[in-house]
Amino acid sequence: MMHTARARRAAATALAVGSIAVLAGCGTSSGSSTPTEAVDELGDYEGEVSIIAWAGYVEDGSNDPDYDWVSGFEEETGCKVTSKTFNTSDEAVTLMKTGDYDVVSASGDASLRLIAAGDVQPVNVDLIPSYEGIYDFLKDQPWNTVDGEHYGVPHGYGANLLMYNTDIVQPAPTSWDVVFDGASEYTGKITAYDNPIYIADAAVYLMAHQPDLGIENPYSLDETQFQAAVDLLKEQRQHVGEYWSDYLKEIQAFETGDSVAGTTWQVIQNVLAGEGAATDVVLPDEGATGWSDTWMISSTTEHPNCSYAWLDWIASPEVNGVATSYFGEAPSSQEACDYREDCEAYHAGDADYASQIWYWTTPIADCLDGRTDVECMDYSAWTEAWSEIKG
Amino acid sequence: MTDTATAPPAARTVPPPRATAARRSSAWLSAHPRFRLAFLLTAPLFWLVVVYIVALALLLVTAFWQVDSFTGEIITEWTLDNIITVVTGALYQTVTLRTVGIALLVTLIDVLIALPIAFYMAKVASPRAQRLLVIAVLMPLWASYLVKAYAWRAVLSQEGILEWILAPFGLHTPGYGLTATVITLSYLWLPYVILPIYAGLERVPDSLLEASADLGGKSWRTLGSVVLPLAFPAIIAGTIFAFSLSLGDYITVNIVGGTNQMLGNLVYTNVGAANNLPLAAAIALIPIVIIFGYLALVRRTGALNNL
Repeated sequence: MMHTARARRAAATALAVGSIAVLAGCGTSSGSSTPTEAVDELGDYEGEVSIIAWAGYVEDGSNDPDYDWVSGFEEETGCKVTSKTFNTSDEAVTLMKTGDYDVVSASGDASLRLIAAGDVQPVNVDLIPSYEGIYDFLKDQPWNTVDGEHYGVPHGYGANLLMYNTDIVQPAPTSWDVVFDGASEYTGKITAYDNPIYIADAAVYLMAHQPDLGIENPYSLDETQFQAAVDLLKEQRQHVGEYWSDYLKEIQAFETGDSVAGTTWQVIQNVLAGEGAATDVVLPDEGATGWSDTWMISSTTEHPNCSYAWLDWIASPEVNGVATSYFGEAPSSQEACDYREDCEAYHAGDADYASQIWYWTTPIADCLDGRTDVECMDYSAWTEAWSEIKG
Repeated sequence: MTDTATAPPAARTVPPPRATAARRSSAWLSAHPRFRLAFLLTAPLFWLVVVYIVALALLLVTAFWQVDSFTGEIITEWTLDNIITVVTGALYQTVTLRTVGIALLVTLIDVLIALPIAFYMAKVASPRAQRLLVIAVLMPLWASYLVKAYAWRAVLSQEGILEWILAPFGLHTPGYGLTATVITLSYLWLPYVILPIYAGLERVPDSLLEASADLGGKSWRTLGSVVLPLAFPAIIAGTIFAFSLSLGDYITVNIVGGTNQMLGNLVYTNVGAANNLPLAAAIALIPIVIIFGYLALVRRTGALNNL
């Protein structure tokens, strides 16, 4: 087309000038940092609500016809539910940043980031009748209440358990050393959760096995403690066959025997048991990390009334009981145990047990355990280290 | 000679066409060929330059910015920190070498498999067999990428078909890892490598093969001295497909790669988990630079002149 040198130079200059003008003109738009206020009263239902949640939280019968608590909601409120699942808290944070979703079930390592970025709005709990029936020890926690403002409704709490193949891993393990110090026995068949927050699991292990590191809180690690956890994980990586973030991949890996031991959620064990696989779970002696989720509402939602209706619905005793039972966690509603038989196994309402789980929390530079003489590693350091651990 | 013959034929004069706007612009355009060309190319160039290139440039310019680690907002101050991190960091060097290694290996394997198949399709097969083979080569492309990757995951697992086939010989499936990644990527890109080589070999005239035989060339000599140089541009085109597609891939290694990660996975982690778009953009520059280098090399061989 343009063969003359002059024409080519002119075109290149025009393109360069144009791009610089465009690039300088549009920087990135800053997110809304103005704090939104909680609504004062509810209005008419808008007819639809879009929810993002962990797998198994928003069931409409398509996975298992016996588990459907969406249809009842849609009939009662007329709010049509569209749901999307995410695999990690980081995905949840990224999805909420788009502003396309109304409600999110945020774990403790996502909720504070969402609040800080202004992606979720304060929730007026007086407008949610079911909120009263929630256990007190789940309310007003640092991951769902900031400066006295509530940002959501607690959903339940559960632990990251150790799952193992009963045919191969014998005797039945009671400690996390199957996947750490003793991992060489099953080298190539160990699995771990593919997310930087897993570093806390290594820290929990070190709390019991290397107490002179002085770790008080697995999310509050200074440089020495952090390096010890990272070294432990690099050691573990040599024996790991696969890291999992998609729970379906872990189910398949345990079914085919590609993984024989590793971190899991109860719901994964439930699915495997349903398919007759030879696996079992245990909460090891050292304790475990876990999660306590909060249903939060987007600050840019156009369906606030349907969103409030969902929060009320999912916290009501029967729905909360069935939903948390399906996923495999303790319920947040006090009367939920009337609707499920396995409350004992999950230590429902057991404030002591609940206080022993190290709930996912976003690590920040100000040490969460209260130390002021050192600085702790923040989440960006954790994610950098995680990439290095994987190599 | 009557008067009517010499009278001006006023009634038969064709009136000049009315000068509408369309006519005038058409007349003007016919006198200015460069503007004709510009108007013709505006729409596709607009798409290419603004929608594609400018969008890509906007994405990549964030490599020179930074992110506030607490709020996650991007600070638009120019800095070379991310580029330096990516160039000097041990992690990025390792992953880059691994990714380039995988891409080269996949390219080599695909070319080695594709050459005999393409040659058979172009020169040896009957027209009917040719058609059937082309369909057979294209059929995997009808299946989704994920379906094929997960199929390989099932094949390579401990209870998969490969283990069942190899067990009588005392061998085992490689399981999930770099070998599995190379196998799966080679499978995925094979049609993209076969087709350009087939098209190139088809253009090699049969008469040349006969002439070479007449001059005393045996099969391998003919292949090496006559066919390959003529088909070289087509082979290079096939390698560009396999190499560039492997360089940026992050899904296959996630599904069958076990604990390994490639450049694409680092970008994915930094966009998602770390929410560090500037670093992700800096990492994304690596495969772009590598591909430019590869194309520059290819251009030197003259392979691009004949495409």
